[in-house]
Amino acid sequence: MTAVFKDHDADHRVKTKWWASRIAIYAALLTWAVICLFPIFWTITTSFKLAPDVMKGNLIPWVDFTPRWKGWESLGMSPRLIGEVSTVREEFLKRFWNSTIVSLSASTLAVILGSLAAYGLSRFSYRFGFMRNSDISFFFLSQMILPPVVLALPFLVLYKSLALLDSRVGLILLYTLMVLPIVIWIMRDQFQGIPVELEEAALVDGLGIWGAFLQIVLPIALPGMVAAFILSLVLCWNEYFFAALLTATNATTLPVMVASQTGSQGINWWSMAALSSAAILPLVIVAIFLEKYIIKGMAAGAVK
Amino acid sequence: MSNTEGDLLHTVTADNIPDARRRFGKAIVWGSALLVAVLAIWQMAFETGRIASGFQTWRPVLYAYMLWATALCAAQVIVNGEKGKRTLFVLPAALFVISLVVFPLLFALYISFTDWNLASPNGPQPNGWDNMRQMWNDGFYWNALKNMVYYVLAVSVEYVIAFGLALLLNAQIRARKFFRVVFLLPLMLSPVAVSWMIGKSMLEIRFGPISRALREFGVEPSFFGTPEIARFMIMAMDAWTFIPFMMIMLLAGLQALPREVIEASKVDGATGWQSFREVIFPLMLPVSVTAIVIRIIFKLKLADIIINVTSGGPGGATDSVTSFIFREYRDRSNVGYGTLLAMVYLVLIVIFVTLLLKVVSRWMERPA
Repeated sequence: MTAVFKDHDADHRVKTKWWASRIAIYAALLTWAVICLFPIFWTITTSFKLAPDVMKGNLIPWVDFTPRWKGWESLGMSPRLIGEVSTVREEFLKRFWNSTIVSLSASTLAVILGSLAAYGLSRFSYRFGFMRNSDISFFFLSQMILPPVVLALPFLVLYKSLALLDSRVGLILLYTLMVLPIVIWIMRDQFQGIPVELEEAALVDGLGIWGAFLQIVLPIALPGMVAAFILSLVLCWNEYFFAALLTATNATTLPVMVASQTGSQGINWWSMAALSSAAILPLVIVAIFLEKYIIKGMAAGAVK
Repeated sequence: MSNTEGDLLHTVTADNIPDARRRFGKAIVWGSALLVAVLAIWQMAFETGRIASGFQTWRPVLYAYMLWATALCAAQVIVNGEKGKRTLFVLPAALFVISLVVFPLLFALYISFTDWNLASPNGPQPNGWDNMRQMWNDGFYWNALKNMVYYVLAVSVEYVIAFGLALLLNAQIRARKFFRVVFLLPLMLSPVAVSWMIGKSMLEIRFGPISRALREFGVEPSFFGTPEIARFMIMAMDAWTFIPFMMIMLLAGLQALPREVIEASKVDGATGWQSFREVIFPLMLPVSVTAIVIRIIFKLKLADIIINVTSGGPGGATDSVTSFIFREYRDRSNVGYGTLLAMVYLVLIVIFVTLLLKVVSRWMERPA
């Protein structure tokens, strides 16, 4: 930095410039923060509005309008209805549970398969026919460009003959396939950052390669695995396309439920808003508390 | 990926595997493979009506297949010993992907040359090049492909915004963590929820807050009426969700830049803009290219928002290929034709991405 003295013309100029850039930076940051937050704010507040509030365009709770539980009541989840039996709530919880099970299992499966493959590829050299390590890596990563629409129809027919249509297992398999390349991408980066000497020492001490992997490498790579897991979780939780095509009643996930309500006529804004809020809240909470891991996961591979 | 020459982790293998063990390993693989084949043929015969008894579904074949896959993995260790344990790292994932991608793709190739409609009772009948001819004359498909070009081009704008945001977050600011979390949030939301939150409620003509704000300025809002504006709104919503993705990759790149180089440029008297253009941007090229390529790959799958907000309207102006095929299936049950369209799209994508990677690979290496 240029040395700044207090009372010279040049210093004033430097100072004004500094302040101007500060203000510009914070203005830009705040603008984008509003752009990011407003839709979420709008959705959550709308779930507490009544029809007149929506029509008058009231924005700020307690100032413009009095929050009511109307929207959440239509989901059976207001303080008044929470003790009673509610079919809507049952329905919602069933979808919620489906989403949870499917995304958790698919992410777990993908992290297990992906970590193993990534470790193997980063440590040993393979030859499957004409394919060497770089070809195998490319084979895995190239699955990323496969558009879901290509697989959707064959899977529909395949699942029909396997009686896997409208089942959680079917979705879990597909979602695992969908996130596997991303997991391998992240984990390969992780394992390449771990020095081989660690395993060599473990081998000298009498562990097998699997022992060395499970006892020495895995604990070190754990943060990376968590990152990959959370990223997979987000992708699976939000997936709509396969779920819409391959499920009908039993295994339907939350996005499908949200989408099916959107199509219905007449604006039931408060109940749609409540449903949307309930669908996005879990991941918003994940984002707030596990932001570090999400960023780590996405940054992997970007920087070598 | 430079370890193709030899193992990075060397292991000494002194395996003495008796012949009986080898034979056993091979036996379980071939035995279970035989089981799969027998069950499959039996089931096929049953479904075509040649045998009276059979299973309700193909489930037993699936179980036999899983048994075969397990046997194949186990046989690696049984037959090859220590070397097999190494193969065992990659084999499960490889088997998983091959069985879930390669077989369905082959199957898709067959379906795409049939006239299969789920509503028709006949089942698939091969119809040669009819689907291809139909595609050639299907204006809506070509229109959807043209829209994909626009959507992919929109990535450049997203990149500029994402880079700007990454630079902001990398500057000396207070409450950096707060801003990072807030900027990340849109990525967490499901496109379906976003379709409602923004597309269907905030952009609603009568009561939506954005329409209201526009009316204050004396503009009559119409977001999905004209093709250009509708397409722009879809792009904006998609950008809103995915800008954080590029932003974080670029931010990681910025944080990994060598500090000395930037400071040296400052000492040499470069202004902010000069040091960005001459130093930061060139150094960021590899990260930028990676981020853009991955973003384009994601963009090629764009569908959820379109399906839920506009269903391709007005007049197919916002259709992406995926959303178009989705409706072809959902509304018309045209499995054969839809699959052909998807396969053609896959071929186009593979060509496009391969060319793209060829072109950009020279920038993906860091300048020395």
